[in-house]
Amino acid sequence: MMWRIVKYVCRDLFRGKIVLGYAAFLLLASFGLFNLGGEPTKGLIGLLSLLLFVVPLVSLVFATAHFYNSYEFIELLAAQPLRRNTILLGQIVGVSLALSAALLVGAGLPIVLYAANLTGLTLLVVALVLTFVFTAFAFLGAVIARDKARGIGFALLVWFYFALLHNGLTLYVLFLLEDYPLEGISLTLLALNPIDLARLLVLLQLDVSALMGYTGAMMQNLLGTATGIAFATGVLALWIAAPLATALWIFRRKDL
Amino acid sequence: MLDAKNLSKSYGRLRALDALTVTLRQGQAVALIGPNGAGKTTFIKCVLGLVRPDAGELTLDGASLLGDPALRRRIGYMPQIGRFPDHLRVGQLFELMREIRRGTHDRTDEDLIKSFQIDRIAHQTARTLSGGTRQKVSACLAFLFDPDVLVLDEPTAGLDPVSVEILKEKVRAEIARGKLILLTSHILSDLDEIATDVLYLIDGKAQFYRPIGELKSASGETRLGRIVAELMRASANAARATETGSQEETAP
Repeated sequence: MMWRIVKYVCRDLFRGKIVLGYAAFLLLASFGLFNLGGEPTKGLIGLLSLLLFVVPLVSLVFATAHFYNSYEFIELLAAQPLRRNTILLGQIVGVSLALSAALLVGAGLPIVLYAANLTGLTLLVVALVLTFVFTAFAFLGAVIARDKARGIGFALLVWFYFALLHNGLTLYVLFLLEDYPLEGISLTLLALNPIDLARLLVLLQLDVSALMGYTGAMMQNLLGTATGIAFATGVLALWIAAPLATALWIFRRKDL
Repeated sequence: MLDAKNLSKSYGRLRALDALTVTLRQGQAVALIGPNGAGKTTFIKCVLGLVRPDAGELTLDGASLLGDPALRRRIGYMPQIGRFPDHLRVGQLFELMREIRRGTHDRTDEDLIKSFQIDRIAHQTARTLSGGTRQKVSACLAFLFDPDVLVLDEPTAGLDPVSVEILKEKVRAEIARGKLILLTSHILSDLDEIATDVLYLIDGKAQFYRPIGELKSASGETRLGRIVAELMRASANAARATETGSQEETAP
């Protein structure tokens, strides 16, 4: 039943200009980055920074706006013999898939053309995962906040924290606690940011410790590459599941 | 048929429904009337499963509407504001609703689709539709699965006069077929023509609930608008009287 809703959410979004525009923007930027650097690895690192910046932001803002724009229709669906879970999951999966499709075209195509290797594939996969993570976060904010302004505010706050603030805080905490053994703390801090985990997964493929940052390098020392990948992947899966489950739990009880 | 027993709902300090107890039967078209904030919308939303009451029961032929969503197959809903996904075509919207409701109903009722000539706009995307056209689409969707209970929230708002008449005719036909219709409208003359009973809510309670004919003969008035205005004035006066009597009950 959920897939019937997913199908129509995707149909609707593919006709909209925003998903198309997102794909076009990524396409232009990716080709630009690959052509600027000369070396494909350089292009890939540039694309990594761009995607880790843009994908969470676009997913958060677009999904939040989508929820509020669809509010009356979600209400109509909720008055049908459908479970609340089916409705919200259909919306979340639909939006995630539409954004993923744009990402596959916009970033996937250039990656296949210029950097068709394991690193390129990893980058594409983590960008897709981040799309699901932050779409789920967007819906979490939207089912909590009553009005659109607050919902968008929540989305921007989430983005600001994970994209910018968390790194600063990590450094500050590590600096404060430099006299203590830091392994556990730095691993925890790393796990607490899906964007950092995504970055690390790509850099582990590239094996450029200099770019991994402090926590990343420490994790590689501590866990080794293989365990590190398993750890980061597992935690990222939790980063999808946790906001998703919370959003569904709240929506089941929500007065529309 | 539809029974509310001690149905209560508060939003913070505001009591939208205050132990509302009322029974609605098939063949009735009940007009929900009352001042703003009296609990009309909250009551409708409880019936539709959009709002979860804090306490009380709400049953349809004995089965609780508060639990299993499958029971909503028996309810059709025409919202006050129909908004559909911007880029879906009207035809696709009907497809979606039919897919969602596949296997939940015995027959479909396409009378309104024909009368409103929805085929002609089937290729248009939802966002290009005018307000009135969206109302027509909403109405068609509400009646489409031949539900036993129809909830119509401001059904005539934004409709052109011809469409209003078509819709009224349809509602009358459904009442005759033994449906239960729950209506709100600010246009009292419309209610006057369709409704069989008036449920007057105030502060989340049923102030009175009587057949329209009875109200008319009791008050000597023939127009529902007059009767309701008179009753609202009377209840406002009564409220003022009790307020001066017990000072601690000041409204927020």
